Amino acid sequence: MPQIFRHSTNYLARTTIFGAIFILFAALWVTAEIARSGWNTGAYIERQQPIQFSHKHHVGDDGIDCRYCHTSVETSASAGMPATAVCMNCHKQIWADSPYLKPVRDSFKDGKPLEWIRVHDLPDFAYFNHSIHINKGVGCSTCHGRIDQMPVVSQTQSLQMEWCLECHRAPENYVRPKEKVFDMEWRPRNSSKAEIAEGLDLKTKYHIQKPDVLTSCSTCHR
Amino acid sequence: MDERDDDLHTSIHATHPVVGTELTFGSVTDKISAIVLKRKTPIGWFVGFAVSFALFQLMLLTITKMLFVGIGLWGVNVPVAWGMDILNFVWWIGIGHAGTLISAILLLLRQKWRTSINRFAEAMTLFAVAQAGMYPIMHLGRPWLAYWLFPYPNTMGIWPQFRSPLMWDVFAVSTYATVSAMFWFVGLIPDFATLRDRANSKSFRIIYGMLAMGWRGSARHWHRYETAYLLLAGLATPLVLSVHTIVSFDFAVGIIPGWHATIFPPYFVAGAIYAGFAMVLLLTIPLRKIYGLESFITMRHMHNMAKVMLATGLIVFYGYLIEAFFGWYSGNQYERFMIWNRMHGPYAPYYWTLILCNGLTPQFLWFKKIRSNLLLLWLISIVVSIGMWLERFVIVVTSLHRDYLPSSWGMYKPSQWDWGMFIGTIGFFFALLFLFIRFLPMISIFEMRTILPEAEVDEG
Repeated sequence: MPQIFRHSTNYLARTTIFGAIFILFAALWVTAEIARSGWNTGAYIERQQPIQFSHKHHVGDDGIDCRYCHTSVETSASAGMPATAVCMNCHKQIWADSPYLKPVRDSFKDGKPLEWIRVHDLPDFAYFNHSIHINKGVGCSTCHGRIDQMPVVSQTQSLQMEWCLECHRAPENYVRPKEKVFDMEWRPRNSSKAEIAEGLDLKTKYHIQKPDVLTSCSTCHR
Repeated sequence: MDERDDDLHTSIHATHPVVGTELTFGSVTDKISAIVLKRKTPIGWFVGFAVSFALFQLMLLTITKMLFVGIGLWGVNVPVAWGMDILNFVWWIGIGHAGTLISAILLLLRQKWRTSINRFAEAMTLFAVAQAGMYPIMHLGRPWLAYWLFPYPNTMGIWPQFRSPLMWDVFAVSTYATVSAMFWFVGLIPDFATLRDRANSKSFRIIYGMLAMGWRGSARHWHRYETAYLLLAGLATPLVLSVHTIVSFDFAVGIIPGWHATIFPPYFVAGAIYAGFAMVLLLTIPLRKIYGLESFITMRHMHNMAKVMLATGLIVFYGYLIEAFFGWYSGNQYERFMIWNRMHGPYAPYYWTLILCNGLTPQFLWFKKIRSNLLLLWLISIVVSIGMWLERFVIVVTSLHRDYLPSSWGMYKPSQWDWGMFIGTIGFFFALLFLFIRFLPMISIFEMRTILPEAEVDEG
């Protein structure tokens, strides 16, 4: 009776059996990487807006404070999007005839708000409140990155739960003095020993809750 | 061994041999491999497979509907949030216990009689575990997220709740399924080689050849094989105890009267072996008749399995008595009420049928005459299987439906889809078994050869 399999089948069998373990781990690793990539999370993907509005110009060059437009950030859950009237405070004087700003002028005339494209979109099952973060010393740039350097805003963080928990488990690594919250140039996280010690002091000073409260399910999933 | 023992031993051997004395090396191989390779597939096989495959469709239909509308499809609701989905899980996983017990523990204890039934019992175990595994996954409601149960570095940055026995269940059942599958496959390798060498068609030679993984039966192969098999047996042995212990923790860790009892682990393990042997008897009695395997699976096997059933059945009955005793002895009004409610409440008929099935029926097995009557033995196995199902029903439903607060009391009635799933899994189980007996040797050929009289070596 002739052989059923050729001699090379031995090598094929050995490689596939031993290789299976590596293939399995590689597949898991690739899956984990894809789940965290910008392709899945939307991080670093620039969203074109209805108007060519540049944060780099308004914040970085002109030095306008975040709160000039995002007025409710210190007091409510949403940071707030500015009414067209806020834009017109300046733009009825400067660049008043610019064709780029036509949609703004139209909106002001019609009373129909501009429709901005949302960049940072948390899932609806996660409760998030801007004001508590601002009032406990979490700076804008910690989550949103260097907005003052972005002509078109994109997410710089994954916004995945593991990212939220990084801070909720150890707030001392991220908190900063309250007066520096809107400072774009302040360090986004505390890395050195001295910085973390400062973070720990602030944690006490601002009465930031213990991690078991901050990481309780119902803190964010209400 | 003194003389008296020796005599006793010989007499049992003489009346009920482990294997028919007329068999030889050649005839064993011929007879078993012919079922797969040569013999015409009996018409009954096609009928049986068609029926079970049709029932399997019922399971797929139920699952599909469940995916669309959610587990509200089943009759579960507060206070009875665990209904037939969980009790059937426990029932199936219990049935899956005989396989490992026979293959691993009896191997380590050098019980030669295990050889004729271990392959079949292991297959039955695997198929039963496959049915069992489906229930808790479907019970999740969102089964496509079932992988969340495993601890892996997820983007949520959290681990599963390691303090929950439901979590331990995932490990216990998946380990059990993996080790059982490995054990089964490794045990099949030399037989795959036999089938490869005897198959007539080329495609069968290739399929069995791949499964045999290059087995040539050299001394080195056998040496490694024996070591691997023993190691796997050692691995599987603690699993026989651990799996159902952990399944019982699903209940015992919860502070529900009727669940929160220390007797649960041993009583569940005994119940599992009891149910497992009942299922093995239920299946082997007709099978050996149809395929004429009387010289392989002898009356000795029937007696032994009946005795294991009797012993474990007594432990289970003891469990019921102790449950009732502790309900009274605890002095706790909720525990007392739970026992009273089981015996006199709305589900009392289930409880008393359970006592009849699992407490009284196995007592018949004390009699040699009954153990020798295959029809009676088969009927007792059915009664025991029903009894074990009732046991889980009583534990799951009667404990939950009367809560601490009378305002939250309720009743549970399985919906038609509960039955659809249950009957469907029975269909799936039998469909797999039919495929198994058609395409794989249902008795271990090479192990049978070692227990033949021909294999006895005179070392004197």
